[in-house]
Amino acid sequence: MSKKPSKGGAPALDMTPMVDLAFLLVTFFMLTASFRMSEPVAVDPPSSIGQVSLPDNHILVTIDNTGRAFFGISNSTAKMNALRQMSAKYNVPFTEQQIVKFSGLPSFGVDIKDLPAYIDANEQARTNFKNQKGVPLDTITPNNQLKDWISIGGTEAVKMYEEAKLKAVDAGGEFKAEKPRYAIKCDGKTKYIYVKDVIKTFTDLKLYQFNLITSLEGGGTVIDPTK
Amino acid sequence: MAEIADSGGGGHKGGKKRAKKQSTRIDMTPMVDLAFLLLTFFVLTATFSKPKSMELTFPAPPPPDQKIDEVKKGITFLLSKDDRIFYYEGQFRAADDEKGKKTELAELNFSQGSLHKFLLDKNKEMQEKIKALDVKHKNKQLEDTTFKRMVKEIKADKESYTYLIKTDDKATYKNVIDVIDELNVNVVGKYVMVDILKPEMDLVIEKVGAN
Repeated sequence: MSKKPSKGGAPALDMTPMVDLAFLLVTFFMLTASFRMSEPVAVDPPSSIGQVSLPDNHILVTIDNTGRAFFGISNSTAKMNALRQMSAKYNVPFTEQQIVKFSGLPSFGVDIKDLPAYIDANEQARTNFKNQKGVPLDTITPNNQLKDWISIGGTEAVKMYEEAKLKAVDAGGEFKAEKPRYAIKCDGKTKYIYVKDVIKTFTDLKLYQFNLITSLEGGGTVIDPTK
Repeated sequence: MAEIADSGGGGHKGGKKRAKKQSTRIDMTPMVDLAFLLLTFFVLTATFSKPKSMELTFPAPPPPDQKIDEVKKGITFLLSKDDRIFYYEGQFRAADDEKGKKTELAELNFSQGSLHKFLLDKNKEMQEKIKALDVKHKNKQLEDTTFKRMVKEIKADKESYTYLIKTDDKATYKNVIDVIDELNVNVVGKYVMVDILKPEMDLVIEKVGAN
């Protein structure tokens, strides 16, 4: 296969190492990539100097700038179990497929009665879902679904954590996962009273520690004078 | 580029064609193109930084029969619309009494020269103490744990101010985070979110107007 370098033509370049490297990087990024689920609403959190990164295992309440609350659990098994319990509690039946599909969804902001329709809708329809009024969280009337979601979701997430821990201990391996944490992600323009309602819901459940999600950036509190 | 030599247009029947010496080099260009395309895609979609967050602990509601202690050295921030901050020191007084004068609100804003400077002045002593400790810690005169404990003690010192953050119904979440952030920048150890009281609300409305 000896080939004499052709005179005048482009010099043949051995691309093999480059290709090797390219594929190595592709593999690396493929394996490390964690796709960010498209959120049901765009939320622009304010910036702070907070350096604590959000734990992987979390229960997230998102509040958009009109005060709607969205609920999500990072652990999909816990999410499925939570839905099963909520379904029994509110007498809203879900099929097994719906439950499985639900576990793959990011946070949602609908009444549990509308949840089956919401799950069945496609992604496009889900964004424009007409009954997306946020998870009901009346702090006065008993219809505080958010409270139940947080309470049931929290218990399930902790259960998952304990199970994983037991399994890891049985296998003799090191256990690194963290306990689930409660996170609140809120738009900077949201009126604080809406956030207060959500926090009230948490404190009613005797949960007092939160991670407030803020965007990166060094802590500048200087407000743009043009605004 | 090298190519896979094609078999040379339709097999001639019974043609005793001598097999050409085929080149075994294949053109890698499309593969490389694809590899880089994928690479670019994954690089761009990769979420490197997990969202940052701020840990905050809210106070448990006190038992109903417990009387709320008077905050000795307290500063209350009242946040309102248009990014305005009002504050007063000490206990709230609706009118003059023997302990002090009627509460008057002073105003601050979020610019560097205002809130930041205000907190800097209020916490100078504490910050200097922590700085002195930090120098010692850096010079290895203090153990890590001792340093952390001492910083904690300084922060919890009775003489330092306690900050109460209250909002009216028009303040935004950003305002709250900005104030907490500024308190964190100034290493304040004692701050708490509290519900606004009616007389305080009235004072704020007096300043900003009912709408």
